[in-house]
Amino acid sequence: MKEQLILEKAIEKGDFNSGGEVSSKLKELLRKLGVRSEVIRKAAIVTYELEMNVIIHSEGGGIRVTIAPEGIILYVEDTGPGIPDLKKAFQPGYSTASDEVREMGFGAGMGLNNVKRYSDNLDIKTGPGEATRIRAVINLS
Amino acid sequence: MVRQIVLIKQLRKGMIVMKVRELVEKLDLEVIVGKSLDKEITGGYIGDLLSNVMAKARAGNLWLTIQGHQNVVAVALLTEVSAVIIVEDFDIEEEAVKKAEEKSINILRTPLSAYELAGKLFELGIK
Repeated sequence: MKEQLILEKAIEKGDFNSGGEVSSKLKELLRKLGVRSEVIRKAAIVTYELEMNVIIHSEGGGIRVTIAPEGIILYVEDTGPGIPDLKKAFQPGYSTASDEVREMGFGAGMGLNNVKRYSDNLDIKTGPGEATRIRAVINLS
Repeated sequence: MVRQIVLIKQLRKGMIVMKVRELVEKLDLEVIVGKSLDKEITGGYIGDLLSNVMAKARAGNLWLTIQGHQNVVAVALLTEVSAVIIVEDFDIEEEAVKKAEEKSINILRTPLSAYELAGKLFELGIK
């Protein structure tokens, strides 16, 4: 079995109303496919953080989810503005979110840490003024 | 009274599980959305930072928070908490109520602080 696309969705900048929709949809699909609940939980956390990142920090983008023998693979891509200092972005508590967004309980500087913690393989390509491309894998077993 | 003490003892030993409906009665919680009050409670989590709640709250937990916007409903749905309890009578946005009704997420409210409420939950054997 090769990689099989199971979900594809565009994510709009600032669209807080739809925050969590991609991960809810993915959760439902994975459950139907009989994926173990602990794996679903990890995939839901990673997807939620990544979709919120696109909503909060990017100019918009999209997510594609595939299933392969390797695991559940999330591809998240946006159109910029890129992460200038990836090392900093991974520091717990570091955030560039506005006060307004923080008051809603986002932007606490934990998102990427959650992504790293709950994915089994993570690859991020980004830079100042560039699009950000993320590939995250959650193993099936 | 005696029956109540027996029930609490059984609850503490994990012999019976409390449902959201019973908790609402016991603690006189305001039900804002209560479309699935038969959900069973497995413990609780307190948090206003959504990333933290996403990672730590477990299925069936009560989620105590001051946040009342619609992303709370998304997180509640993903974590499968048994109910969201808005503490200190914080406001809840109308859009959040609508979404919670749509997704059958229980939303309760209390004037108590998260600390006070957690104390009462522990007294009831919810740990």
